[in-house]
Amino acid sequence: MEKKISKLAILTKGIIKENPNLVLLLGTCPTLATTSSALNGAGMGVSAMAVLICSNIVISLLAKLIPDKVRIPCYIVVIAGFVTLVQFVLQAFVPSLYDSLGLFIPLIVVNCIILGRAEMFASKNNVIDSALDGIGMGIGFTLSLTVMGAVRELIGAGTIFGFALPWMSEHPMMIIALAPGGFFVYACAIAAINFITKGKGVKGSFDCHGCAMASMCQQEKCLAELEKGAEA
Amino acid sequence: MNYLTILLGIILVNNYVLAQFLGICPFLGVSKKLDSAVGMGIAVIFVMVLATAATWPIMRVLNNFGIGYLQTIVFILIIAALVQFVEMALKKFIPSLHKALGVFLPLITTNCAVLGVCITNIDEGYNYLESLVNSFGAGVGFLLAMVIFSGMRAKIDDNPAVPKAFQGSPIVLVTAALLSLAFMGFGGLV
Repeated sequence: MEKKISKLAILTKGIIKENPNLVLLLGTCPTLATTSSALNGAGMGVSAMAVLICSNIVISLLAKLIPDKVRIPCYIVVIAGFVTLVQFVLQAFVPSLYDSLGLFIPLIVVNCIILGRAEMFASKNNVIDSALDGIGMGIGFTLSLTVMGAVRELIGAGTIFGFALPWMSEHPMMIIALAPGGFFVYACAIAAINFITKGKGVKGSFDCHGCAMASMCQQEKCLAELEKGAEA
Repeated sequence: MNYLTILLGIILVNNYVLAQFLGICPFLGVSKKLDSAVGMGIAVIFVMVLATAATWPIMRVLNNFGIGYLQTIVFILIIAALVQFVEMALKKFIPSLHKALGVFLPLITTNCAVLGVCITNIDEGYNYLESLVNSFGAGVGFLLAMVIFSGMRAKIDDNPAVPKAFQGSPIVLVTAALLSLAFMGFGGLV
């Protein structure tokens, strides 16, 4: 089925139609935590994109060699290796970004987008398609993080990419840059996408469907158990 | 006193879900029903404390050999293996507990809150006991947020008064924003 999709479609679907965090609702933790300013959001997006592209390429090459039963741990090790590399690069060349992203750089390892793409796309497709998928999803992730970061920075601090705007910076609404604002701006961004696509986009939801671990924990069984647990 | 400060700080002030954005996926995904929210919360407390108990000594070993930069890889592998072993052990020895928590355990492997708490303990320079207290508190904070949130969702989800574009996941996030706002009131407590 994937064969029919053109190279261009693979590249572009991650940007809007299947945008990983606004439509598929994956990777919520870094989305909320690192968008307190546009620069942090962009930095997080680019770091995750680098890891995503590299891990997609390596995993699509290794997919046939890895036994099915231990594939998730193998994927995690590959991803963790690249995350450590990114961590070194950031620490050496952009220490200020390294400090402000802090804990969330090592946590790229458990970002559902990366593991999810490894599991759903890279393990079933060839190297070129997987790399394109990584680039597209990475751009989509970076774009939405940057936009959300810019909005939160603009309202919360009155600056944009660090430049103070005349009236806005004297009347900042701090709350938008703090934790509750993160949830609220993310909600508005998803609602805006819903409004524009009139609900026609691929609808994500916060349950097992979007979870990268679904195939490992036997999604249906898991969902059924949850439902049953709720009824009992 | 020190331990109490850590415990209160991590449960109320720096709540993992509502103030630090760790473990958002299960927080939003499994909070629909109170029963599953409680199960997930307890499983998280359990795994967090165990993972810290295992990773803290390992970090000392890594530092001894001067290979602290392998932290991320080693920690995630330890957590993944640990969760698998715990699941097998529970299945064999305490089947009733496995029945209640088993579903949630594989999900927790890639929960960023667990890896997050292990790394935070090292970064903050906590000693072994402080690390365990911090992990336990982080788990309790998660459970607390889950339980309150599942109660709020029962009222707000599927409410026809919600505007069309906000139905589904956006209104869940707005609800989370309100809860997070309420928790900000604890700021300055510790």
